[in-house]
Amino acid sequence: MRRSTFIHLSKPKTSLMQQTAPAKLPTYYDEVERKGYSRRDFMKFVTMMAAFMGLEKSAIGQIAQALQNKPRVPVIWLHFQECTCCSESFIRSSHPLVADILLDQISLDYTETLMAASGHQAEESMLNTMTKYKGEYILCVEGSVPTGADGVYCMIGGKTSMQILEEASAGAKAIIAWGSCACNGCVQGAKPNPTSATPIHKLISGKPIIKVPGCPPIGEVMAGVIVHLVTFGTIPELDGIGRPKAFYSKRVHDSCYRRPYYDAGLFVNSFDDENARKGYCLYKVGCKGPSTYNACGITKWNGGTSFPIQSGHGCFGCSEANFWDNGRIYERAAAFPGFGIEADADTVGKVALGVTGAAIAAHAVMTNIRKNKLIHNIKVEGRESEKELDA
Amino acid sequence: MSKRIVVDPVTRIEGHLRIEAEIENGKITDAYSSGTMVRLLEEILKGRDPRDAWAFVGRVCGVCTSVHSLTSVRAVEDALDIVIPPDAELVRNIMFCAQYMHDHVVHFYHLHAMDWVDVVNALKADPKKTSEIAQSISNWPKSSPGYFSDLQKRIGKFVESGQLGIFSNGYWGHPAYKLPAEINLIGLAHYLEALEWQKEIVKIHAIFGGKNPHPNYLVGGMACSISKDDISGINAERLALVHQLLKQGKEFIEQVYIPDLMAIAGFYKDWGAIGGGLGNYLVYGDLPTNGYRDVASYKIPPGVILNKDISKIYDVDLRKDDEVQEFINHSWYEYKGGDKVGLHPWKGESKVKYSGPKPPFEFLDTTQKYSYLKTPRWKGNAMEVGPLARLLVAYGRGNKEVKEIVDKALTDLQVPVTALFSTLGRTAARGLESILAARWGLEFYDSLIANIKNGDTRMANTAKFEPYTWPDKAVGVGHSEAPRGALAHWINIEDKKIANYQLVVPTTWNASPRDGNGKQSAYEAALMDTPVADEKQPLEIIRTIHSFDPCLACAVHLYDEQGKHISRIAVVGD
Repeated sequence: MRRSTFIHLSKPKTSLMQQTAPAKLPTYYDEVERKGYSRRDFMKFVTMMAAFMGLEKSAIGQIAQALQNKPRVPVIWLHFQECTCCSESFIRSSHPLVADILLDQISLDYTETLMAASGHQAEESMLNTMTKYKGEYILCVEGSVPTGADGVYCMIGGKTSMQILEEASAGAKAIIAWGSCACNGCVQGAKPNPTSATPIHKLISGKPIIKVPGCPPIGEVMAGVIVHLVTFGTIPELDGIGRPKAFYSKRVHDSCYRRPYYDAGLFVNSFDDENARKGYCLYKVGCKGPSTYNACGITKWNGGTSFPIQSGHGCFGCSEANFWDNGRIYERAAAFPGFGIEADADTVGKVALGVTGAAIAAHAVMTNIRKNKLIHNIKVEGRESEKELDA
Repeated sequence: MSKRIVVDPVTRIEGHLRIEAEIENGKITDAYSSGTMVRLLEEILKGRDPRDAWAFVGRVCGVCTSVHSLTSVRAVEDALDIVIPPDAELVRNIMFCAQYMHDHVVHFYHLHAMDWVDVVNALKADPKKTSEIAQSISNWPKSSPGYFSDLQKRIGKFVESGQLGIFSNGYWGHPAYKLPAEINLIGLAHYLEALEWQKEIVKIHAIFGGKNPHPNYLVGGMACSISKDDISGINAERLALVHQLLKQGKEFIEQVYIPDLMAIAGFYKDWGAIGGGLGNYLVYGDLPTNGYRDVASYKIPPGVILNKDISKIYDVDLRKDDEVQEFINHSWYEYKGGDKVGLHPWKGESKVKYSGPKPPFEFLDTTQKYSYLKTPRWKGNAMEVGPLARLLVAYGRGNKEVKEIVDKALTDLQVPVTALFSTLGRTAARGLESILAARWGLEFYDSLIANIKNGDTRMANTAKFEPYTWPDKAVGVGHSEAPRGALAHWINIEDKKIANYQLVVPTTWNASPRDGNGKQSAYEAALMDTPVADEKQPLEIIRTIHSFDPCLACAVHLYDEQGKHISRIAVVGD
């Protein structure tokens, strides 16, 4: 339930951002109007964003007010040990107005992927923002920081990523750790982690860090986090390990449309088998949805088109810390504490996959028994699966 | 007297690239390309489940996402002797075409266009005239004077605000920008439209692979079962969406990308004589129409061209010890046999050793080692890979479809065939290839539908999915044509685990440092003699480098020493 107080929460009108930013900058509403969107479009967007962030109706007015009155927030987006999938995911964010706001309404003053300037001009652009907006800009970090060999495994402009992160974080108002690389080291941090790939929270102290894990995170989730920051001037409510609760408080398993098959004990036994074609649960072919906290089952991917499970492949837990070392992809998770949405990430996170053999089987059997009366026609098949699970 | 300049970071690319160039009398007299980030993924893959490898190596790159996963499952299928069902091949091909369409459009508009299009100058355009030009080159509906006028006003206010965001500090007003204001405005409009468009075409990956970036693949086929009568599977609704996305993608490429490319190219014909570089081209081939093993069935034929001689196409064999080799004379690695040897990837050695200047530094010592990229060679030759290489090899092999499309472009632009060996040629080839990818995507879709109609709905061959079915030892090689060029993975499986895994990727071919004979690789060679009007604003360097579409995260990796290989698949000519 931790909520950072680093950024002013209460009154947008007197927030730090408002006080110190240049007075003449256009507001979001100005921008929206200029782009030819109507007041109605604007309110639709605001309502969508509110729903998106899981806010109540009463917050809509607040968002609208904030968007109409706030100047654009400078953003520096750094790239270290990464594959740029986070940037790519970000530009996949589905709502056009969101894309407009994020690419035009925030002032994205440094991003190696999209910025026009290169070399000295690029570095100068970052330096300008760090100086002019000291204490006000948002720092986004995509990628982990290699600390091995004094940092020489990642150098930009002749500096190590360690140096650059230190300099850029000093004047940042808040920091977003994009994706699993920045949050937990991701693939280059997997064993034996030859470059000592390090997540940024281990290198920065005294700054609020919002972790947005996933490989990559869902585009709309990334957009949602940024919009929350610039709209309210606050960081979203985070869980115990720093992730926005709005998107990371539910397990993929709990929001999965194939969940009833799990409860009924109906599983895919191998890819493209009869059960796969019926859309049964993918747990037995390795799905890690039961131990993964993410918005995939609800928000889905690419404008709600699909998500891994819907397309027949199990979740492999890409938003969980150290997921590359957390069992093989097609290996059945031996156990997870699977007792509903109530179990929050703080509890589950402490329990590694594969610790006990009994819990998952018990969960599957119990739910199966509960619902068995309703599924006479598939009872036999379900029991066979139970036996297999028990064995 | 020459002066050395540094461009670092080179932006609008994937990854971390540094260019150092010597300039004398306004021309580049020497150039050095350095990859400055390393992750050592091969080390991490050792000991893991071969079936998981696609997920790990998929994370090599999120821009050309999916191509490493595809190459990886091919390598494992080769090692384990698995033939995938025709529908799975078609789904992979459709995803491949969608990837080309996405990647090439995003490269043109978001990574490359600002080298040619002066965003600030677009403010001077006459919207009415802009509309006339737009309508004269394309049927694309968003082309009214009002549309361009509104856009111009928005950009005007944006520039006035003083917060230029991603456009900050560009080389606006540089004398090398040659487009009329109206074309600049069209380019800017389509930059924004392409940003919205790009998120649509990748939905094809989400349908078959669950998400994009990084869609899911599967050893033995694909995980997305066809199930006509269930909401979960690839059913009529899903297929209709794929069809619609392919058609819309083709429309955008034909009505926006290509007309823009041709209009812009018309003003930069001088770049048809700049940035040519090596003149050696390498292609492994891709898009099987009769199974991956039937190389002759590939839509994109394999082959090698040397010294710009397209009348002679050589065959490539990835298994042969003396064809693909890697050198480390100027790379931050150590070999047991010293720096003089070149090693086939199967015999590659792993030891990274940084020996450059201690950061922060101003210049690299380019007489010594200066990059995390190794230097690959084909029979000792430096090679260029990518869309231009693919078109030239297909052209040289007499491929009708390619010949027709290339000849038309040359006629339309009124440039000689030699203009292809250039910065402009590279950029044009990417566009022309997109037209083909859009066409082929629909062809593969039709074939998929036909197969389903005929009752073949198999999507995965799982006969050898379980490790107990595998031999004690197996080796394989998988290859593909990534958007940026020829890509291959080699795998060595022992005791059901990965004993060795190696990648040789497109940007390693193109961006590597020079070899022990002082022979430059593609980037460095292409920069030679390039005019630089203002050394403080080296726009011309960026143009040529961007024409290759750099992808540095792909290029930097590490090999490990392992035993010999036997591979069933050779890339040979048809």
